[in-house]
Amino acid sequence: MSVFEPVIELVRGLGTTIKMMFEKPVTFQYPEQKREVRPRFRGRHVLKRYDNGLEKCIGCSLCAAACPADAIFVESSENTDEKRFSPGERYASTYEINMLRCIYCGYCEDACPTEAIVLGDNYELSFYDRRSAIYTKESLLEPVPTVDMTTPRKVEPNVYKRSVPEMKDPQK
Amino acid sequence: MSKQITLTIDGKQVTVPAGTYVADAAKMSGIDVPVFCHHPKLEPVGMCRMCLVEIGRPMRDRSTGEYVMENGGPKIQFMPKLETACTNKVEEGMVILTESAKAMNGQKGTVEFLLTSHPLDCPVCDKGGECPLQNLTMAHGPGKSRFIYDEKLHLDKMVPLGELIYLDRERCIQCARCVRFQDEIAGDSVIGFDDRGRSMQIVSLSDPGFDSVFSGNTSDICPVGALTTADFRFGARPWELEAQASICTQCPVGCNTTLNTRREAKAGGNIVVKRVMPRQNEEVNEIWLCDKGRFAYHYAEGKTRLTKPQVRKDKKLARASWDAATKLAAEKFTQAKKNFVVLASGRLSNEDLFNLKTLSDHSKGKAYLYSHMGGGELTSLVGVGEGTNFADMGKGTAIVIVASNLYEEAPIWYLRVKQAAERGATLIVLNPRETKLDKYADHVVRYDYGDEVKSVQDFSKKSKISDAFTKASNAVILYGSEGLGVGGSASLATACAKLLKDTDHIGKPNNGLIGVWGRANDQGAWEMGFQVEADLTKAFKGKTVYIVGADPVGDDPKLAKALEGAEFVAVQDVMETATTGIAHVVLPAQAFTEREGTFTSGERRVQRFYQAVPVTGEAKPDFGITSQIARNMGVILEGTSVSAVFDILVESVKSFEGLNYAKLAEVRAQWPIVGRSDLYYGGTTYENTQGMGVHLSTAAMRGEKLSIPRVQKEASPRPKENELLAVPVTKLYDRGTTVAPAELLDQRVGELNISLHPDAAQEMGVEAGQTVNVSFNGVSGEAAVKFDATVPVGVALIPRSMGIAIREPVAVRMKYVA
Repeated sequence: MSVFEPVIELVRGLGTTIKMMFEKPVTFQYPEQKREVRPRFRGRHVLKRYDNGLEKCIGCSLCAAACPADAIFVESSENTDEKRFSPGERYASTYEINMLRCIYCGYCEDACPTEAIVLGDNYELSFYDRRSAIYTKESLLEPVPTVDMTTPRKVEPNVYKRSVPEMKDPQK
Repeated sequence: MSKQITLTIDGKQVTVPAGTYVADAAKMSGIDVPVFCHHPKLEPVGMCRMCLVEIGRPMRDRSTGEYVMENGGPKIQFMPKLETACTNKVEEGMVILTESAKAMNGQKGTVEFLLTSHPLDCPVCDKGGECPLQNLTMAHGPGKSRFIYDEKLHLDKMVPLGELIYLDRERCIQCARCVRFQDEIAGDSVIGFDDRGRSMQIVSLSDPGFDSVFSGNTSDICPVGALTTADFRFGARPWELEAQASICTQCPVGCNTTLNTRREAKAGGNIVVKRVMPRQNEEVNEIWLCDKGRFAYHYAEGKTRLTKPQVRKDKKLARASWDAATKLAAEKFTQAKKNFVVLASGRLSNEDLFNLKTLSDHSKGKAYLYSHMGGGELTSLVGVGEGTNFADMGKGTAIVIVASNLYEEAPIWYLRVKQAAERGATLIVLNPRETKLDKYADHVVRYDYGDEVKSVQDFSKKSKISDAFTKASNAVILYGSEGLGVGGSASLATACAKLLKDTDHIGKPNNGLIGVWGRANDQGAWEMGFQVEADLTKAFKGKTVYIVGADPVGDDPKLAKALEGAEFVAVQDVMETATTGIAHVVLPAQAFTEREGTFTSGERRVQRFYQAVPVTGEAKPDFGITSQIARNMGVILEGTSVSAVFDILVESVKSFEGLNYAKLAEVRAQWPIVGRSDLYYGGTTYENTQGMGVHLSTAAMRGEKLSIPRVQKEASPRPKENELLAVPVTKLYDRGTTVAPAELLDQRVGELNISLHPDAAQEMGVEAGQTVNVSFNGVSGEAAVKFDATVPVGVALIPRSMGIAIREPVAVRMKYVA
């Protein structure tokens, strides 16, 4: 072994360091900077709305049935045209997800007949106590685009009669 | 035993009784033939065409009538087309193919066709998860429809047939199970079909809508989500519900029920009962439940529940510890000695009543049952016992109904008696006015109010009716309290018991006396040795009273006054009542949904109920509270284990001999099969897995010497001029503590009405709907007049528990109030 060998290795190592100094850094200055997530990222759930502001969720509880972690709790009530939350007869009067239990598997998305629940891109889930880990319907619902689209709201009678939207055959 | 027939279904040799339909024969042998319209309890109609199968019959030679032989067996000739399994009866040598390509293709086509107008809104449908159409579509459907979506008929989503049952017209597949149930089983033809073809729909033919007390059952047997109950509407998904066996507490029938519970945010995160479903017991309620049992369960979760013990201090009730409250009660009870009076209601379980009776015996006090009806000691002597089942009654059995309107008092008995009559049993109805059972009766006897005893004693004279009764190999008498008080009904019971004894209709299965009591466990109280007292006002004076599960103050102003004169009043109840308002000590008890126990039904069947929901507050079970008080009095009573109390009870009460909790929980195989994966077949009624109950023995069965007292003739009140004879009658939906909290039933409960014959009313110058003032013996009240031509002239019917405290027939003055 030559005496110069460690020196050569040292210089080579320093060379890598110097090379890296000129490359674009991968570190994000979180929370000032936030990372763009991948399209199929599974983050915190969002309850979606239709374009007219009505909630897509009809309180069918199929997400709760599909949930392997038993994280979702749904209770439903009846819609009226005077006080309408969602199209059709039924809406979720209580919708809760326990984020400590959730394993972000996305089965709830699969089970949803109206595409109401979607795993979004929010990954900032931290809590001071267990109770605040339970997200209620208010915190999960997508915000309305304009004020007149809030739910519940009075709608014209006998228009929103179907709970489940007419699904087109994907093969056609 | 009827003739047996052997046939082959899917290669399996099956032997079934002659007259069985192919679909039922397949089910009996464990082969599933999909059905929608067919129901084992209903006559077949073949409306849905779901049960298409290939049926082959042995070929016969036309000239000789002999079987044509082929390969050593009769040659089987298949029909060229598929046949319905539900309308074809089994024949010797039949060959059925349920899973051949042809049959399966037929079934597949039927599902596809049934779904052409079905909305497929399973996510919002209350039936989703326990829906035969869902299940059979998964099992037999094509998976994809060739019909165009846009051609679906969009019909009304929510059509109330009545205030209890809602129809979804889109979901209906026109199987007519509901219509046929109402026509054939309930005997109330109040719904029917209207229009034709694809626009055929179910309509209510009555006012108020769907006016039947059995309406809830149609939602159980509906094979789709077309009929749902208003009570459970969007309540929960079926798979989220826990199920626990219970017993209905609304009437003496003792229907087996299943309580479906779920945690609910609306109830503050508590576990609550979401719905009451029938549980199969072919010996009690079959697979049915009346609407009162199904919808009037809300009282146990009411806001007026007692949660903590209270003691009166400075004229005000103040919260106390269990120790302090029971010690105070014990001290007063000990001081009272002979002046100790227990007043218990038939809402309590056998174990509670046993502990109460033991405590009162120990202090040599009195133990009264709070009831308007007497004669219970006779049902223990000559009542019905082991082997008694209305389903076995038919030709050769005589059923006598006296002074009872079963449809209003015990709806499931009405149903069972009606069916027995249709099977050929001789039904004799003795009642002062028309009842719904008259239609099915072989003999109807009308007597005047007050002549109940005489009408029964007339059986000893020779007549067509008495012959039919005497000669019948089996006979049961159901006696009630239509127009009777404690004394009157006790005399009637004695007359009935004597008649049964004289004609030797006692001590055998399907023979004996049945009391149509007011509450679920009145019979149990009688077995424990409780007595009724016609005049409780005297019984209270200067006494120390321990009232359990009863509200005499709220029921009767006279009793309220009498209790003011009592030395000390301890009240133990589930809810706040007017009686707890005057109590010195209030002890909160657990509702029947929160604990275990047993009830004795009117048919003297002991049945277990189980804990379904957690305990409210600091409430304790009744037997436990009694035991705690007793302990403070120096009496040791079991107070922790309910089954241990039952074991002690069995030791001391003869009719319970040999029973234990394990025996009560035994189940037997039953037909038809319900629930499980078979809910397409028998409906969503729950399978019985937690016990069918056991009959108590009667003194007659044990061969003891029977001493039936002489009939005490009650002097019936004689109305003077300007007076009417007012009699108490029982109404199914009343304002009793267990019904009133169910808001859904408000419309059925209605207002207090006094029924008068139109002629009598006209004489008084009162029109229907006008208000009158009724006064008798210091009680007075106002009520609207209802015309009823079935009421005898000179008589006014006043329903019990509707606001006017009427305990027995009385002469009343009636004044028109402008």
